[in-house]
Amino acid sequence: MPKITINGKEIEFEKGMTVLQACELAHVEIPRFCYHEKLSIAGNCRMCLVEMENSNKPIASCAMPAAEGMNIKTNTTFVEKARKGVMEFLLANHPLDCPVCDQGGECDLQDQSMFYGIDKSRFVENKRQVKEKYMGPLIKTQMTRCIHCTRCVRFATEVAGVPEIGAIGRGENMEITTYLEKAMESELSANVIDLCPVGALTSKPYAFEARPWELKKTESIDVMDAVGSNIRVDTYNWEVKRILPRLNNEINEEWISDKTRYSCDGLLKQRLDSPYIKKNNRLQKSSWDESIDLILNKINGINPNEIGGHIGDMVNLENALAFKKLFKILNSSNLEFREKKIYLNSSEKINYLFNSSIRGIDDSDLILLIGTNPRHEATMVNARIRKAYVQKKTPIFSIGNPGDLTYDYTILGNKSDDIKKILNKEVEFSKKLLSAKKPIIIIGESALGLKSGKYIFEEIKRFLNNNNFINKDWNALNFLPQNASTVGLIDLKILSEENEKQFSFFDKLKNNKFKLLYLLGSDNLEFKKNNEFIIYQGSHGDRGAEIADVVLPSPAYTEQSGLFENLEGRVQECKKASYPIGEALEDWKIFNLIIKKLNKSQDLSNFNLLRKEVLNFIPNFSKMNELPFYKDNLDIKNETIFISEDISIKELDYFYTNSISRASKTMSECRQINLNSKKTGTDN
Amino acid sequence: MSLKQVHSEQPKEFKFSNENLKKAEEILKRYPKKNKKSAVMPFLYLAQKQNNNWIPLAALKYIAKYLSMPYISVYEIATFYTMYNLAPVGKHFIQVCTTTPCLIRGADKIVRLCKEKISPNENKLSKDGTCSWMEVECLGACVSAPMIQINDDYYEDLDEKSTIEILDSLIKDKPLKPGSYRGRKSTAPERKQLKNGENYA
Repeated sequence: MPKITINGKEIEFEKGMTVLQACELAHVEIPRFCYHEKLSIAGNCRMCLVEMENSNKPIASCAMPAAEGMNIKTNTTFVEKARKGVMEFLLANHPLDCPVCDQGGECDLQDQSMFYGIDKSRFVENKRQVKEKYMGPLIKTQMTRCIHCTRCVRFATEVAGVPEIGAIGRGENMEITTYLEKAMESELSANVIDLCPVGALTSKPYAFEARPWELKKTESIDVMDAVGSNIRVDTYNWEVKRILPRLNNEINEEWISDKTRYSCDGLLKQRLDSPYIKKNNRLQKSSWDESIDLILNKINGINPNEIGGHIGDMVNLENALAFKKLFKILNSSNLEFREKKIYLNSSEKINYLFNSSIRGIDDSDLILLIGTNPRHEATMVNARIRKAYVQKKTPIFSIGNPGDLTYDYTILGNKSDDIKKILNKEVEFSKKLLSAKKPIIIIGESALGLKSGKYIFEEIKRFLNNNNFINKDWNALNFLPQNASTVGLIDLKILSEENEKQFSFFDKLKNNKFKLLYLLGSDNLEFKKNNEFIIYQGSHGDRGAEIADVVLPSPAYTEQSGLFENLEGRVQECKKASYPIGEALEDWKIFNLIIKKLNKSQDLSNFNLLRKEVLNFIPNFSKMNELPFYKDNLDIKNETIFISEDISIKELDYFYTNSISRASKTMSECRQINLNSKKTGTDN
Repeated sequence: MSLKQVHSEQPKEFKFSNENLKKAEEILKRYPKKNKKSAVMPFLYLAQKQNNNWIPLAALKYIAKYLSMPYISVYEIATFYTMYNLAPVGKHFIQVCTTTPCLIRGADKIVRLCKEKISPNENKLSKDGTCSWMEVECLGACVSAPMIQINDDYYEDLDEKSTIEILDSLIKDKPLKPGSYRGRKSTAPERKQLKNGENYA
């Protein structure tokens, strides 16, 4: 490996690195504003100047490729003077409004000016003033503070794939804006707030809410979709003030979706704070004793077979296991977590995971989407696919039309026949697929929800297996679930395992066979209520509570610890950042209350034991935060029925997918803007 | 110079005329197919010529679609270069060079006269709507500073008197001839050309 000398120390670096990256290897910190690891190099802030031997001028280390034998110095007076000069220029037009700026306390410019700023300004002219720009309901702008690093422009063009931000004008009059000040139409738009090194782009919902040093920071994970993005939850007392991304190159890199970030104001609204009982067709406040007695009365009066339980999209594994145990005590096996009838093969773990892993998308050389719109179903996965498309020009194909995915793709067809043709090698595409080294096939819930869902999944699996695309090194078979709890709940076997009776729960529900229905945080189950007695246990007064006869309050995902398994099968912990509101109790504690009153000696005991049990329950579990083991057993099913039908991708109401986002004011605003722009078309 | 403002009243549609469409296809041939967005600058110029010397938003959009570029990129380019006008300009469009050599030779006086005679602000039409003026950076005629450009023609070697004459003629819609206003032939030396071997006295 080539060598470079940095401050007299010789270190090895990889070919293709820049001087700045080499300096980082040597643990030398270089100040920067425009440079960002995940974005292209612009080299326009000049803050990263360093001294290079045999060069009269300082060089911009972010844009200079490191070369063999370079001698770089970063701690000389020459460098300091150069950086001070740059800082003086940056500050010449930067307003001195740190006391009223939301970036204060976590501002790169503020921090750097502590080292390189001079205490007095020599700039006696008027500072320039720039009008505020409208960038949608999430991004608050104060463009006078902008230092033109163009990180936001590069992010929008490169990562988000919506080239809508740009720099207009020139020289002193340059301004950053969206095209004609329209809202940015991306699910990743708010990441520009994190990228902005100054206070030019700040968070609109969080404006003037708190200072960063007042907030308690909890490292947690997101449950808005199945990706399990790593997040940091910032709380001020009980209130969740904001959610920020946490770096995890395996999953979300440095970004999170807008829904992850801004649903948090939904945690303050529509909350269930005490038990409620329906009296005279109205939900009225009640006590734990009264409501649990009522539940037990109902339970004692009916056949266990007539009790059904449904687990929602944001329930953690401990609570789900406790729920399963409660149902065992009640002697009922009618448990389900799916919201619609979708085919799932729960026998082997390989059958319901995103096996190629999110990072694997970077390496793939062909991607085929079947009945899925990753942009809405798993935004961060879509960002990865776009990365592969941009950096490696990976060809992308789709069966079914998902609409704009921020990258180009080829639609191979809209019918299940098109899948059959590929598997039978009747079309040109089969050759392409077979000649690929690391193909990825992503099967969405829309495809598995079809009548031929079983055919689609099992036959693709057989095809991939026969052609050696499923092995220890590469697994091309991927299922893309939509909910955070899906993979974990399949692991806990919260569904009928027998294949023929896969949908027994739904059939019973449809025929109103249940006399008592226990909804654990489940708001998206669609059915016609007849005479069922419905218990809703959850955090928000949403669709589930609306139809319930008894409502039991429990904490939201930020208010209790719990494990979640993301779509790759990675077990991660969602940590408690705040405490439950009002009389709300953790779900497993509520089950304990019920069991105690049932006069059963069995107790769910405590949370730690539950967690241990969960970890024992999960098949192929390796380590926390790691991918599961690969196990060479596919359980190939033979009796599949092919039905010719259209593959239509069910459109998600992206900003309204769960009870938290439905309660969020910010999400409603985003949704409204999205609907309006769809109505009028973006072309104006 | 300040950031260009987009005109408030915009035509709804823009299309290249048949003649310009042919020109556009010719321009496209100059660039490799995968780099067809390189044609954005000549295209903008064509659109400006077609639409009374200014580019409406509809044209930006039309060009962006023509070259499959994001709207914002075309917008960036149109705002970056001073030669693209995003708001209507007068029939006589005066560009006053105020870069150093012209400024030293008195361009500020010309600017003052423009303010008095045409409109107090840059890029605003005169009362009768026939003229407008703006300050621009170097027009590359430093050798005959100070100078102004009126539509496509250069008026050079100006002073206060000649500027007043020129501006008055524009207001009357009878523009004077372009060229040097100190009797120079193009950019030749002002004094009589010397014969071989003779020296200046």
